[in-house]
Amino acid sequence: MRVAVKAAIAAALLPVASAQAWEPTKPIEIIVPFPPGGSSDQMARTIQGAIQKNNLVKQPIIIVNKPAAAGGEAMLDIQKSAGDPHKLITTSSGIYMTPLATKLPVSWRDFTPVAMMAQDAFVLWVNVQKPYKTAKDFIEAARIAAPPLKTGGNGSKREDHLISVTMEQIAGVKITYVPYQGGGPSSVQLAGGHIDANMNNPAEEIANWRSGAVKPLCVFSPKPMAYTQKVTADMAWSDIPPCPSQGLNVTYQMLRGMFMPGKVTPEQQAYYVDLFQKVAETPDWKAYLERNALVPDFRSGQAFVDFLVEDERKHKDLMGKAGFIATN
Amino acid sequence: MDDLNQLLLGFQVALTWHNVLFMIVGVLLGIVVGVLPGLGGPNGVAILLPLTFGMDPTSAIILLSSIYWGALFGGAITSILFNIPGEAWSVATTFDGYPMAQQGRAGEALTAAFTASFIGALSGVILITFVAPLVAKFALRFGPAEFFGVFFLTFCSFIGTGRENKAKIVASLALGFLLAAVGLDTISGDLRLTFGSPELMKGFDFLVVVIGLFGVSEILLTIEEGLHFKGKRAAMDLAVVLRTWASLPRYWATLLRSSVVGMWMGVTPGGAIAASFMGYGLAKRFSRTPEAFGRGEVEGVLAPETAAHAAGTSALLPMLALGIPGSATAAVLLGGLMIWGLQPGPLLFIEKKEFVWGLIASMYLGNVAGLLIVLATVPVFAAIMRIPFALVAPIILVVCAIGAYTVESSRFDIWLMLVFGIVGYVFKKLDYPLAPLVLALVLGDRAEDAFRQALLGSGGDLSIFFSNGLVSTLMILALLLLFWGPLGQVRQLIARRIGLARAAPASP
Amino acid sequence: MVDASPPISERGISRRLVETLVALSLLGVAGLALWDSYGRGAGWDNGPENGFFPARVAWILVIAAIATLVSALRREESVFVTYSQLRLVAQVFVPLFLYVLAIAFVGIYVASALFMALFMVMLGSFRWWQTLLAVVLTPLIIFWVFELQFRVPLPKGPLETMLGY
Repeated sequence: MRVAVKAAIAAALLPVASAQAWEPTKPIEIIVPFPPGGSSDQMARTIQGAIQKNNLVKQPIIIVNKPAAAGGEAMLDIQKSAGDPHKLITTSSGIYMTPLATKLPVSWRDFTPVAMMAQDAFVLWVNVQKPYKTAKDFIEAARIAAPPLKTGGNGSKREDHLISVTMEQIAGVKITYVPYQGGGPSSVQLAGGHIDANMNNPAEEIANWRSGAVKPLCVFSPKPMAYTQKVTADMAWSDIPPCPSQGLNVTYQMLRGMFMPGKVTPEQQAYYVDLFQKVAETPDWKAYLERNALVPDFRSGQAFVDFLVEDERKHKDLMGKAGFIATN
Repeated sequence: MDDLNQLLLGFQVALTWHNVLFMIVGVLLGIVVGVLPGLGGPNGVAILLPLTFGMDPTSAIILLSSIYWGALFGGAITSILFNIPGEAWSVATTFDGYPMAQQGRAGEALTAAFTASFIGALSGVILITFVAPLVAKFALRFGPAEFFGVFFLTFCSFIGTGRENKAKIVASLALGFLLAAVGLDTISGDLRLTFGSPELMKGFDFLVVVIGLFGVSEILLTIEEGLHFKGKRAAMDLAVVLRTWASLPRYWATLLRSSVVGMWMGVTPGGAIAASFMGYGLAKRFSRTPEAFGRGEVEGVLAPETAAHAAGTSALLPMLALGIPGSATAAVLLGGLMIWGLQPGPLLFIEKKEFVWGLIASMYLGNVAGLLIVLATVPVFAAIMRIPFALVAPIILVVCAIGAYTVESSRFDIWLMLVFGIVGYVFKKLDYPLAPLVLALVLGDRAEDAFRQALLGSGGDLSIFFSNGLVSTLMILALLLLFWGPLGQVRQLIARRIGLARAAPASP
Repeated sequence: MVDASPPISERGISRRLVETLVALSLLGVAGLALWDSYGRGAGWDNGPENGFFPARVAWILVIAAIATLVSALRREESVFVTYSQLRLVAQVFVPLFLYVLAIAFVGIYVASALFMALFMVMLGSFRWWQTLLAVVLTPLIIFWVFELQFRVPLPKGPLETMLGY
């Protein structure tokens, strides 16, 4: 009798025990530190779509855009939500750059790293009517140009600006950087010939590349991109030479990852790591990567943290050299 | 002719029963999104975007663009009835729409707004249908200097038409500029005017300020006069609609001017908000009775609505033809195109004919559907005016608070709304005009950015603003408009002198 | 609204006083902007620095505010708002203030219900069931539209947490 009761209790407890693994109990908010329509927003909505379509989570996914102050507001929000396991934030390099450039009192170390989904490449683009064929031509032209050649990009003291200044310093030339409100406007300005080059991500220039308004000179990475399918009549992403091979020794990539607020339990973190692992395997996600020519690079746990530490060090170094770090 | 054949093909695509259904659903959702302040076109479209992943791209874009049409129509409703702009582009509609409602002409104002929206949209769609590639190339000629020219022109067409005390106009304008400057500066990447406060970091959102300045303050002013709305019971039936329609041909010049302004602003991405202000400003300038504006002049509703809708529609043109988003909503739709596996850009017209022409055809149909649906809802919305004040006022205030919150998901914004409610109340009572403040707030930092971008490129040389025909034309037009009033006075003065001089010898 | 100023006979807050206060606040805003802008650099360095425009605009605001102040002081005195009007305005404003305050603690849904109840009981003449219906239905409809249909999360409080949201 007693045994039976014990067995019954055990049986009753068993599902509870196996359900120890944490599950979300209310809608999950993904905070996007960029406006609707931008590339981070597209990533978040692709993830949202992939999760819904493949039924990976029972709770709905909500996307909240908080683009103010170069993502600073979104990061402050996550910082304030410590312990809330129903919030996530999409991140780019801004997670180190914004605090360094604005002295905002936030750090990714206060957050819980979940997973890195991919890395985004940067390419040196020029207007198709310009005579430059290689990065070398461009740098030579910049050396003798007066007034200096103009590059454009998204905002000031952000990724594009950093690349432009690093190019200047490494090649020893003078370039004028014009900050725009986003990669889109900078792409249009290049197509219209108002600037001489930009450093946009592949997704931001693909339309103008295919229509023959702009052409890529080199990609800011040590080796070519992996996508071999033709994008234009005769070129694929993989045909763009790496900048270092053309004598312009500048490499830069940007992480695209997911963070949670600080002070969540390991079970909660593990749940999301597992979830994003599953997302990364969906065909929707793979199609998204290919369309945007992102570098697939899924990392979680210690591997992700190691990456962040190293990447932050690199940014501090580059930004210090470029004079982007807020002093006062 | 080829285009016409393509368009017919497009109509065949758009007129399948499920696409028509999507259109109607989209317009209805859009009206809801447009009516609720804070929940704008971009949010509405973005929220539904993931639902469309599995859909056929043509149906998906028909659904999403219909939300956009609905939002464009819906923004005017609360502007007219409660002085609360549901969307940023319907702020200028409040200037005359709300006084009309107060005079018991809400039905007329709503009908005028919807019809004007329809006319604006139609002109935008016709533009897209026939001259898309041509016009798209033109958009590429806009560098920072040209953008500054457009914004400067918008300011000049609007400023200088006010009746108020000049010092107060200037104060209101300056305050708007300062509020716009708060937050992260695009050009330097630094925070400014935030005084170390994280709440101020995101700056003052246009909609939050407007909800406070117009909506909340209006309730406070209304209550001074007693616990009821000033709007008289208005007749709401087909006769009002028909009567309003019958009066429209009289305003053909305003409608035409606003359509052109709107198309221009949509293509050059100056935006629907700037277009609505410019449309209003120009209508007032060219009117024979400028003093009637702001007191319930139907032209003051027609002009901004036509311009805003023409701009909102034309904004889709650069998106389709060049892959440039002409507006925030277009940016979201652009993201959608990519997610559905379409590459926006000139090749879209060649590679995905069916999609492009299906979309264009759906623009015609979606706007017709939109017009019919909103006209049908006029009596419903007008009936709200009959609900007792003590019930409607708290609901409006609750919706205002939600609207202020949803713009940036920030609780601090609800407090800001309250503060601007008081500011609006005091300013209105002291005759500080609110329109210059709002205009400076929405365009101030964009104009400043363009100005500084241009000078970065020219190495600090101001002659860039007169460096080519396009930008020179814009600047000269702007300066002409700015000095229109003073010049007119000088001319009158001279005319009087000459008249006197002539009169003198004639009467010895 | 301009002409709605009641005759001077009814007592109220002086318009001149309010004009002065507003002009002084504008001067204060301008002062803050000047202080911040000159602190960061308001000069011209190959194009305007980031404090250039705010500083210029702030100076213009200073001039405009002084001009308003002078004309307000020279203007004939009138009543800005009578005390009886002010009482009416306060009847709306105070609940509104409490409402915004309450949102921080109980979330927007409960706060809205309380605010509506207060407003309708204080200023309306509704039957109890009408008030109850409005107070319960409005937050529910808002919840359905925003939270469930559009998936826009609004501020929530302890009650929503208890119900699992």
